[in-house]
Amino acid sequence: MTHSSPSTSPKSGIVTWLRQNLFSTWYNSLLTVICLVGLFLGLRGLLVWAIAQAQWGVIAANLPLFFVGRYPDESYWRLWIVLGIILTLIGISWGINQRSERLFNRPVLVAAGVVAVVILFLPLALVPRLWLLAMLLLLLAGTGLGNRFAAQGNWLYLAWLLSFPIILWLIAGGLGWESVESDRWTGLLLTLLTAVVSIVLSFPIGVLLALGRQSQLPVVRLLSILYIEIVRGLPLIGILFLALVMLPLFLPAGVQWDRVVRAIAGLTLFSAAYLAENVRGGLQAVPPGQVEAAKALGLKSPLITMLIVLPQALKAVIPALVGQFIGLFKNTSLLSLVGLVELVGISRSILANPNYLGRYAEVYLFVGVIYWIFCYGMSFASRRLEKKLNIE
Amino acid sequence: MAQKEPSLVSEQTVEGDEIIIAEQVQKWYYNQFHALRGVSLSVRRGEVVVIMGPSGSGKSTFIRTFNALEAYQKGRIVIDGMEVSHDVRNIEAIRQEVGMVFQQFDLFPHLSVLQNVTLAPIWVRRWKRAKAEEIAMQLLERVGILEQAQKHPAQLSGGQQQRVAIARALAMQPKVMLFDEPTSAIDPEMVREVLDTMRSLAQTGMTMVVVTHEVGFAREVADRIILMDEGLLVEEATPTDFFNHPQQERTRQFLSQIL
Ligand SMILES: Nc1ncnc2c1ncn2[C@@H]1O[C@H](COP(=O)(O)OP(=O)(O)OP(=O)(O)O)[C@@H](O)[C@H]1O
Ligand SMILES: [Mg+2]
Repeated sequence: MTHSSPSTSPKSGIVTWLRQNLFSTWYNSLLTVICLVGLFLGLRGLLVWAIAQAQWGVIAANLPLFFVGRYPDESYWRLWIVLGIILTLIGISWGINQRSERLFNRPVLVAAGVVAVVILFLPLALVPRLWLLAMLLLLLAGTGLGNRFAAQGNWLYLAWLLSFPIILWLIAGGLGWESVESDRWTGLLLTLLTAVVSIVLSFPIGVLLALGRQSQLPVVRLLSILYIEIVRGLPLIGILFLALVMLPLFLPAGVQWDRVVRAIAGLTLFSAAYLAENVRGGLQAVPPGQVEAAKALGLKSPLITMLIVLPQALKAVIPALVGQFIGLFKNTSLLSLVGLVELVGISRSILANPNYLGRYAEVYLFVGVIYWIFCYGMSFASRRLEKKLNIE
Repeated sequence: MAQKEPSLVSEQTVEGDEIIIAEQVQKWYYNQFHALRGVSLSVRRGEVVVIMGPSGSGKSTFIRTFNALEAYQKGRIVIDGMEVSHDVRNIEAIRQEVGMVFQQFDLFPHLSVLQNVTLAPIWVRRWKRAKAEEIAMQLLERVGILEQAQKHPAQLSGGQQQRVAIARALAMQPKVMLFDEPTSAIDPEMVREVLDTMRSLAQTGMTMVVVTHEVGFAREVADRIILMDEGLLVEEATPTDFFNHPQQERTRQFLSQIL
C-alpha cells in the first residue's frame, strides 16, 4: 500500500520498524543476530556462486527464446501489443482497487523513474527497450485512468472479457493477419497461454460440477460424482498422455485437433475436478438460513444460487481456489514431457545446445524465478481481493 | 410505504375475508416425527395473530408451512385464495405475497443494506432499480435505518439488522407478514425498537402472524392469541381472555411459567 505520511521519512520508518520488530529486547536482538549469521552461512555458497561462478550469458543470449520461443520475429510486435493490453488492464484494475488512495505520490514516481532508467540500460537491443518503456507507460497510464474513473468500474469486466478474443487473435493471427501456427507458440508464451485459458475455462466447469454434486436430480449428481472421483484418481501426466499421445490413435483418420487445444482440454478437465471439490466446501459453508430467507422472498432457485449462495461460497474459498490456480500454472510444466515446448521445454532445448552444455543451474534458476513471479503475483492478487471483499 | 395495489386474486376467493386458512394441517419430519398433529387456523385480513407455546411445540413448523418452507402431508392451507401445494409456480406466487422475518435475521452478508432490500423487488417483481431503491429508502426510513443504507449487515446491531429484515420483507409489498420469534436473538435493550416497528406495521393494517414470547406485545397488539403444544392447537382467545381467563389447564400452566 502506498501510505503518504509526510511527518516520517521512509528512513526513520525503517529504523523504528527494525527496533520494534527485531531488536526490541536483548534476547530478540540475540535471536536476530543468530538468524542473520545462519542465513549468511547458508546462503553464502549460493551468493558466491551466483556472483563469481555462474555464467549468465546463457540467459542473456536466449532471452527471446525463453519468453516467446520460436514465434516469428517479424510478428513480435503483436505480442508486445498483447502485453500492452494486459498491462493496461492490470493498471486500470489496480487503479480502481486503490480508488480511495493517492497513487502517484513521490515514492511511486521515484520507483517508476528508477524502473525506466533500468530498462534503458538493460543489455538488450534498442527496440525491445523502447517497447518495455512503452509497457511501463501503459501500466502507469492504466493505473491513473482506473483511479480517475473508478466509478465506471463495471466496464472493466467487459473490457477483460473482450480482451480475451482480441489477444488470441493477435497471437494466432488469421482474419486478415498472417497466421502463426500453434507449433510456433512456445516458451513462456505457451506456458501463460495454456495456464490462463485452462484457469478461465476450468473455473466455471468446476463450479457447475460442484453444483451438480449437490443437485436434487440423481442422474446429475451421480455423473458429477463419477467425473470428480475418476479424474481425482488419475495423475495429470496420465491425462496429458491420453490427450496428446493416445487421442490421435482413437480419432478417425483426418480428424485432427490442435495439440495446444488438446493440452488445454487435458489441463482444464483435470483442474475442474479439484476446483469442484473446493467450491463444494464453500457451498457447505453457506448457512441454510440464507437459502430459506431467499426462498421466502420468492426468488427462484437458480437465482438463489447465483445471487446468494455462490457469491458467499466462492468468497469463503478464495485461498483454496487460488491455490488450485497456482498449482495448475506450475503443472503446465508437465506439458514439456508430452512434446509441447513451453517454458521448461524451451529450457531443455536450450540446454541441449552444445554451446550451453552444463548450464543447468543458471537456466533452471532463471526459470524458477519466472514461475515464482507469476505464482506470487496470483497469491498477492488473491489476498488483495479477499481484503477488498472483507471490507465490503 | 407505497400504496398497495388492489389485489385481483383476493376478489376471486370464495372464503371472502380470510387470507390464511389452515385446515387440519399435519406434518411428519422424515416420516417419523409427528410435528403437527392437525392444526387449524383462519386469519382475516388485517388481523394480528400471536402464536405462543413451549419450545418444540411446532410453532415454527406451523407458520413455515404457510410459505412452503416446510411441506405438510395432510390437511389444506390456502393463502389469499391460492392453495399451498407442490406446484412450484404456485409456491412462488404465494411466497411473493407472504413476507417472513426470521429469528436469526438471515440478512445477506455480502450485500449492502440497500441491496438486501432491493434484491427481491428487482429480481422477482422485475422493478427498475431506481423504483426499487426509492421504495427501499422509504421503507428504511420507516424502520429508522435510513442512514445505514450503504453499510453491510455485519456493521449493524442485532436490532438494526432485524429492522432491515422487516424492510426487506416489506419491499415485496406482501399481503401477509410472518414473524418467527423476531426478538429472541436480540439484546434486551434493543428488543423494543423491533417491537415498535412491528407495532406500527400492525397499525397500517398489515395481516401478521407472530410467534413470540413478548407478553406485552401480545397483549397490546394481538387480535387473537393461540397456544400450541405438542403439535396441537390448545387454546385460541382474545388477549384479555387468554391472559386473564384461560380455558385450558395447559394454558394456565404455560402462563405460570412465562409471567
Ligand atoms: N428439520 C427437522 N427435522 C426433524 N425434526 C425437526 C426438524 N425441525 C423441527 N423438528 C422437530 O419438530 C418439533 C417442532 O419444532 P419447531 O421448530 O416447530 O418448534 P417451535 O415451537 O418453533 O420451538 P422453539 O420455540 O424452540 O422455536 C420439535 O420437536 C423439533 O425437534
Ligand atoms: Mg421455533
